[in-house]
Amino acid sequence: MRIGVPRESRPGETRVAATPKTVEQLVGLGYTVFVEAGAGARASFSDEAYREAGADVIEGAVWNADVVLKVTPPTDEEVARLRPGTVLACLLAPALDPDLVQRLADAGVTALAMDAVPRISRAQSLDVLSSMANIGGYRAVVEAAHEFGSFFTGQVTAAGKVPPAKVLVVGAGVAGLAAIGTASSLGAVVRAFDARPEVAEQVESMGAEFLRIDVEDDGPSADGYAKQTSADFDAKAAELYAAQARDVDIVITTALIPGRPAPRLLTEEMVASMKPGSVVVDMAAANGGNVAGTVAGEKVVTDHGVTLLGYTDLPGRLPTQASQLYGTNLVNLMKLLTPQKDGEVHLDLDDVVQRGMTVAKDGEVMWPPPPVQVSAAPTPGTDVVTVDTTAKPAKQPMSGTTKLALAGVGAALFLLVSAYAPPPFLGHFMVFMLAVVIGFYVIGNVHHALHTPLMSVTNAISGIIVVGALLQVGRDSVAVTVLAFVGILVASINVFGGFRVTARMLEMFKREEPVR
Amino acid sequence: MSSTLTQGAYIVAGLLFILALAGLSRHESARRGNRFGIAGMVVALTATVLAATAGTGGSGWLGLLLIVVAMGIGAAIGLDRARKVEMTGMPELIAMLHSFVGLAAVLVGWNSSYEITAYPTIHDVEVFVGVFIGAVTFTGSIVAFLKLSARIPSKPLMLPFRNWLNVGALVLFVVLTVVYAAVPEHAVFVRHLLLGFVTLLALALGWHLVASIGGGDMPVVVSMLNSYSGWAAAAAGFLLGNDLLIITGALVGSSGAYLSYIMCRAMNRSFISVIAGGFGVEGGTVAAGDVDYGEHREVTAEGAASLLTSARSVVITPGYGMATAQAQHAVAELTKRLRTSGVAVRFGIHPVAGRLPGHMNVLLAEAKVPYDIVLEMDEVNDDLAETDVVLVIGANDTVNPAAAEDPTSPIAGMPVLRVWEAKDVIVFKRSMATGYAGVQNPLFFRENTQMLFGDAKARVEDIIAAL
Repeated sequence: MRIGVPRESRPGETRVAATPKTVEQLVGLGYTVFVEAGAGARASFSDEAYREAGADVIEGAVWNADVVLKVTPPTDEEVARLRPGTVLACLLAPALDPDLVQRLADAGVTALAMDAVPRISRAQSLDVLSSMANIGGYRAVVEAAHEFGSFFTGQVTAAGKVPPAKVLVVGAGVAGLAAIGTASSLGAVVRAFDARPEVAEQVESMGAEFLRIDVEDDGPSADGYAKQTSADFDAKAAELYAAQARDVDIVITTALIPGRPAPRLLTEEMVASMKPGSVVVDMAAANGGNVAGTVAGEKVVTDHGVTLLGYTDLPGRLPTQASQLYGTNLVNLMKLLTPQKDGEVHLDLDDVVQRGMTVAKDGEVMWPPPPVQVSAAPTPGTDVVTVDTTAKPAKQPMSGTTKLALAGVGAALFLLVSAYAPPPFLGHFMVFMLAVVIGFYVIGNVHHALHTPLMSVTNAISGIIVVGALLQVGRDSVAVTVLAFVGILVASINVFGGFRVTARMLEMFKREEPVR
Repeated sequence: MSSTLTQGAYIVAGLLFILALAGLSRHESARRGNRFGIAGMVVALTATVLAATAGTGGSGWLGLLLIVVAMGIGAAIGLDRARKVEMTGMPELIAMLHSFVGLAAVLVGWNSSYEITAYPTIHDVEVFVGVFIGAVTFTGSIVAFLKLSARIPSKPLMLPFRNWLNVGALVLFVVLTVVYAAVPEHAVFVRHLLLGFVTLLALALGWHLVASIGGGDMPVVVSMLNSYSGWAAAAAGFLLGNDLLIITGALVGSSGAYLSYIMCRAMNRSFISVIAGGFGVEGGTVAAGDVDYGEHREVTAEGAASLLTSARSVVITPGYGMATAQAQHAVAELTKRLRTSGVAVRFGIHPVAGRLPGHMNVLLAEAKVPYDIVLEMDEVNDDLAETDVVLVIGANDTVNPAAAEDPTSPIAGMPVLRVWEAKDVIVFKRSMATGYAGVQNPLFFRENTQMLFGDAKARVEDIIAAL
């Protein structure tokens, strides 16, 4: 089958749905790939590079292909150019733009929304939202740093001390985490907040402080995304934002709830309370914005000197990287659709991933798909494990009294035996007992790495049994001498072999060489 | 040579042996410890040879000649084996050496049975105990040796009523001991018959005991046999009224027992359950394996290499698979490369990784990995959450999250390396087969886990090539 990769028509769109590298992979799956001339120009991929990777670079006709891979949703004109039965994969935002989905269905197109991938582990490799959010989070920090009038990292220089910038990241999804990582690697003091307390660990692992508020936890959402919060929560969160806004230099907001306008987090008063020169990056600007006063796609400077960035094309500002990741997501989708690597698309609607992405097929609108339950977070009342736990009753450790009783019985038995034992035996037993105790204490703190040498050395010294045979050899009967001879022989193997191998092993244990 | 001088020499030797074991507990003093052991052995042997051969009642020149010949042959064999042995073959060598102590104990016991003493009853009992422990050690070690060197399959032998067979053998042994002590001195034939029978009984018991224990429990078995060999020497000491043998035997016996205890604790199993053999047999919960774990993800050597180069801290957790693939040198090379490029690499060793206590440490030392980056499970476990990449090389049960999270798992409660807390985990494995315990490992299906299939050595070399 033929894959067509058109030039993106939306103004300002820099990305492209395939790179030379992903073209190679698509060809490897058995497809013939057509790339529209100049498609990769803005992402620094030349037509020549596509040709070398095995694509045909053509004008216009890419829309006739069996599969069309795109970044942005098609325009009406483009929809008209699609033939019935064509598979289209691109960002569609089916929840926000049901009209487009309807038009695609009317056109008989099989439409796959790259931004409707179910959030399950298996589908991560095709999750465009994650890969784009990652880039966006990075770029948000870079944009903020660009507008911000000071260093991110604290320094002590000959010209004076520079305090580190304070960054607040709201929403610890993929974008938020990427922003946290980027900001902290630039040296800023990073704080983060999220309505889901269970992400605290991830936030802390990226080097930020997780801010907490005290409300009742009502558990993670079923689909892995953030959900709407309670009134009590919102009130306490607002207090937190107000306090932080006065303190921090940079705010990056990433709060999005799927299928709804973005929640308003920072009010006008809060923005007004920020220090002049502070920068706010509102990554939710496209969906209405988290911050009062941001304009989608624009940079706004308030009367108080606070810069509000509402850029909606953050991933597109890294066109090469974004195209590569988006392209790889598409390759992974095509791998899923081409299980036999024969260049034929086999759409399997029983598969939750493929079903979730398919928004239109055979003239019918398929959105929304049936809900998918994610296994990422454990849900209460799970009934997956059906192991019979009654089979194995838990073993009770011995109680103190039982132990004491056993020890008492043992001592009594020993006393009974000793009453009838000959005197030399008890003398030997005294030695024996003391040696056992010494052995136990001496070994008690042995280093774990030395277990093997310890065993080989104890092996060697237990060859001391040779002493017994030595005393018996060359005496009395021939039988005794022969047995003793064999005894000496085998015990000597132990003595010599044991010490030698221990020495050899210990030679190998080397401390790290001092750095020159 | 006066007998008090011999006694004095024994006291010195006993002290030197204690110092030897004490020295072996730390890296810094370990070599000195070994030298103390050798010194103690020289003192003890010199004194004994003199006492046995010189003076009236000594065995004279003939005795000395026999001793020199026997020790010469033994030394030649022992030194040769010690020089040639591969570090991966260390478990086999140790097991083989144990068997010699057992055999020597049996021989000494038989010889002593001809002696006439002032206390015949206790002496008879000592002969029986010495022979019994020696014989169990002997065949047990031989089976362990055969299993470790893969000459016989390492899966547990499951005879019906196997626990009753063991208990029955012990009871029979006690009964026979009483009978033996009761039979008068002059009934030589009956006494020989009894002694012969108890020897065979013990040989069979030793064989069965170890045959019914599987490969993964080998660290416990080897340290247990180490302990037995000590008790065998101590029993011989009682027999001969020789305090040096008693001291040494008791030292070795208790140190082996302590090691067994450490190993058992590391597997969260009681000593009895290990000896009783098998795994999860008593509860029968292994069968419930129909849980859907999802799908695993694979990674290429190149992918792993790029993960490693972008990591700041890496922890490698090796297991028996590293030994079987002989991958320690490749792993050491990888470690060196990563460390020179500024990645903090450390090793996390589970106490029962491998087939011998401390097996992994010896292998890594052989490959010249500095021992101060080779850490114990407890030392590294809390740091795993801050680690970027964990490489699991040939380990399975020791990194199984089910042990910590699934109370119904057969290995529930066993302390494990919490590798799944790291950012990324790469598992080197030949296939998706389960580990020794036969338990599926949910680690392989975690979101942050990627599988790198194939021979561990080849794959590690691929990564080095890709770096």
